[in-house]
Amino acid sequence: MPAVPADLLPVAAEIWLALVGMALLMFGAFRGHRATRLIAGLAVGAFIVAAVLIIGPASRATLALGGLFVVDTFAVFMKTLVLIGAALTLIMSLGYIRREDMERFEFPVLVLFATLGMMMMVSANDLMALYIGLELQSLSLYVIAAFRRDSLRSTEAGLKYFVLGALASGMLLYGCSLVYGFTGTTRFAALAALFAAPGAEPATGVVVGLVFIAAGLAFKVSAVPFHMWTPDVYEGAPTPVTAFFSVAPKIAAVALLLRVMMQPFGGLEAQWQQIVVFISVASMLLGAFAALVQTNIKRLMAYSSIGHIGYALLGLAAGTEAGVRGVLIYMAIYLAMNVGAFGCILAMRRQDRMVEDIDDLAGLSRTHPLMALALGIFMFAMAGIPPLAGFFAKLYVFLAVIEAKLYVLAVIGVLSSVVAAYYYLRIVKIMYFDEAADPFDRPIGRELSLVLAGTGVFTLFFFVYPRPLLSVAQTAAAALFP
Amino acid sequence: MSEFPVLSLTIVLPLVGAGFIFFIRGEPAFVERNARWVALWYSLATFALSLVLWVLFDTSTAAFQFVDKTAWMTNPNIAYHVGVDGISLFFVLLTTFLTPLCVLASWRVITSRVKEYMISFLVLETAMIGVFSALDFVLFYLFLEAMLIPMFLIIGVWGGTNREYAAFKFFLYTLLGSVLLLLAILALYLEVGTTDIPDLMERLQRHPLPEGMQRWLWLAMFASFAVKMPMWPFHTWLPDAHVEAPTAGSMLLAGVLLKLGGYGFLRFSLPMLPDATAFFTPLIFTLSVVAIIYTSLVALAQEDMKKLIAYSSVAHMGFVTIGIFTLNTQGIEGAMMVMLSHGVVSAALFLCVGVIYDRCHSRLIGHYGGLVHRMPVYAFVFMVFTLASVALPGTSGFVGEFLSLVGAYQANTLVAVLATAGVVLAPAYMLWLYRRVIFGNLTKEHLKDILDMDAREIAVFAPMVAVVMLMGIYPELFLAVIRVTVENLIVQAGGALDAAPVTAMLQR
Repeated sequence: MPAVPADLLPVAAEIWLALVGMALLMFGAFRGHRATRLIAGLAVGAFIVAAVLIIGPASRATLALGGLFVVDTFAVFMKTLVLIGAALTLIMSLGYIRREDMERFEFPVLVLFATLGMMMMVSANDLMALYIGLELQSLSLYVIAAFRRDSLRSTEAGLKYFVLGALASGMLLYGCSLVYGFTGTTRFAALAALFAAPGAEPATGVVVGLVFIAAGLAFKVSAVPFHMWTPDVYEGAPTPVTAFFSVAPKIAAVALLLRVMMQPFGGLEAQWQQIVVFISVASMLLGAFAALVQTNIKRLMAYSSIGHIGYALLGLAAGTEAGVRGVLIYMAIYLAMNVGAFGCILAMRRQDRMVEDIDDLAGLSRTHPLMALALGIFMFAMAGIPPLAGFFAKLYVFLAVIEAKLYVLAVIGVLSSVVAAYYYLRIVKIMYFDEAADPFDRPIGRELSLVLAGTGVFTLFFFVYPRPLLSVAQTAAAALFP
Repeated sequence: MSEFPVLSLTIVLPLVGAGFIFFIRGEPAFVERNARWVALWYSLATFALSLVLWVLFDTSTAAFQFVDKTAWMTNPNIAYHVGVDGISLFFVLLTTFLTPLCVLASWRVITSRVKEYMISFLVLETAMIGVFSALDFVLFYLFLEAMLIPMFLIIGVWGGTNREYAAFKFFLYTLLGSVLLLLAILALYLEVGTTDIPDLMERLQRHPLPEGMQRWLWLAMFASFAVKMPMWPFHTWLPDAHVEAPTAGSMLLAGVLLKLGGYGFLRFSLPMLPDATAFFTPLIFTLSVVAIIYTSLVALAQEDMKKLIAYSSVAHMGFVTIGIFTLNTQGIEGAMMVMLSHGVVSAALFLCVGVIYDRCHSRLIGHYGGLVHRMPVYAFVFMVFTLASVALPGTSGFVGEFLSLVGAYQANTLVAVLATAGVVLAPAYMLWLYRRVIFGNLTKEHLKDILDMDAREIAVFAPMVAVVMLMGIYPELFLAVIRVTVENLIVQAGGALDAAPVTAMLQR
């Protein structure tokens, strides 16, 4: 048996996922749509194996595929989050797939390929590798957004996502080409060395390219002013897909944004910092104010996620190791809160039909006390009320922002969090203060209950023993500052 | 920690009770009965534990006692660090004293969702004890904000007709103030390098911050404490929250939550930011005097009993802020006594309103009159607390107001003179309220067969009456515990520590 080239070892998880994805595709083609649940289960298993392959190797900061691909503690951290997010949302979707006539085996396979793309994004060490990972992810996501092809809303969501996403990809590519044209390289390390040189004044073309890249990536994380697709796609896509959209791709895109800004363009911080500050402030404010008037809970979650990205980007705006650590902690906690909240939304079914209005939650604390408790925990956590996990997410980000002396930014951040608290509280109010409406269907399904219980317990009791996550995030953030 | 962690146990015990209630399953009636009893026993056990704290408390030192410290988070190094000194001990006791009474006061009144209600109160108790004993600034903030969740639910679920508005206003108002406090905590950490409160105090004593920075931090803290206090003009959430909250919620809100502002000033603003404190003292004096006179006048015009008491609370808190910022022994001791006295008296007054509200479902003064004919015991109890509220000598209210006014005369005569006007106005609205509700002829039909207080209600009021009298007749019992800490605090805050003739007089 020939020895595996050492160059491929760091990519083992990605290769594994690609192989499994193709195998499952074949398997599905032969077994037909009845095998969807089996394939979804196998995909979750593949994610777990991939996570082991990522976390297992002790070697750190290795390059692979001729330097296009980097594996460091940062990548390991973010990939683990992406895999957890993908696995949890896939588990949650099992019940939905069965009930809502979405038994098509392509769904788990597409989720798997999208996840593969995200992992490549996280590890990209070259503008080309970045783009390939991003496109693999995006193309898979376009399809699953429109997965319910008989539903007008779903197809509209898919089309909207595709058109705007293609535009963003184009901008990103244009930015990459400008950067390449003015510097002659696409390698992150070479770019970093170029911009880090003392006294080096970047060419205007590079700055323009940087702006285009930032805009393209801002689209992918759905930050204002490139957020317009988010509410429509969130509302239109099938709910498990929305749950998936709101975590895994977000985490991957944030990872990419962090790496691109910190590593190749780290020397241009003065140029991009104001862009990030603006994006962050605009996202926080829009996320807070636009969500106030929403009546559809998926739309509300869309604006909520825009706001959360704003807070996460605060850490990037600080531009320090502490800031990156804050973002990493934020994304980990955001993952738990958001998956949990979408788990509750998935359980909102009445007479075998999904309901999505916030008012449908009326009196949930009487009809489904445990579910109301879970959703209440997630809402208070998202509002950033201690001792729930969401508070710590904000704490570390704000710590970094104040350390970077961006006081005005910090004040805007906390004030918009008070505004945002209003609509999270409104959900709690509807569940706890209002008269009970018709109860939702029972049971909500074992998989869903497990996910809800897991994320709920994590969100509620994170404060008891936060050190593991904090120290892992610390190590991961340090990887971007060699 | 080698010795027995009494304080940590006091903090955790209500939470354990809440967890216990959470897992009670069975018939609704069975669950309700058990939830009540579990809540009562756990809160009584917590009170007993906190009495141990008082008994074992060493009054000769200003250092924190019953300290418990465990590493919690790294970078920043945030520790689970708790302990009490002379200032916080009585707030912990106040909390543990009032909570069982709250549980008892809600025994019959709360009939829907008893389980959740009792869980909320026990969680709230943990947060309240925690906030007064936290010796890490982030831990303090954690407990401070954690209180919002149960209180929001208590007002919103079991409150009156306009409860949603009141719950949101309470929550968002307090949150708005608190987030700025969080930024101040973080800025202080980055400047000084620790969030540990004793450590912070010591380092800031040695190397005070530049004055400009102090002022900003002071204002950020002020945003939180002034809302919690509440000081005029940040008090508008209070009447709404009080009126809509269930009786026991109002009791804790007035009894304990309002003390957080004063506690915050004493614990943080004064010792940590002394220069800014001196700079902003005129502002505080102005706001306090306005609060005393304005809210007293507003209280005169109220027709809703709970609202009247709520406004009187704002006026009383004016004495507290004046006392605190006099930076002399009498002033601060007076402020402490006003807070402790108000903690019991206002809770008791809300309970008095609750007693007749349970019978007639009205809080309007105009719906009552001549109750003394049917409810002599009630009339007596109400009178005790009315007089304590107007600071009649011999009741707890007198000691505090007297001391804080004495302190005020030393600091600023004009402030003292204006504040004394409040001493005149308070009897005006309180005695008038008493006259309209209790005296006169019993003419209203629906009051003809109203029942006097039953044994349970008397059992709730008896300890409160006892405490009010005890504090009024023998205040030294409390002042002795407070004194050393207050004197140490005054040194830290740069105030004038003088051999106080008045305190000496009270000692005799």
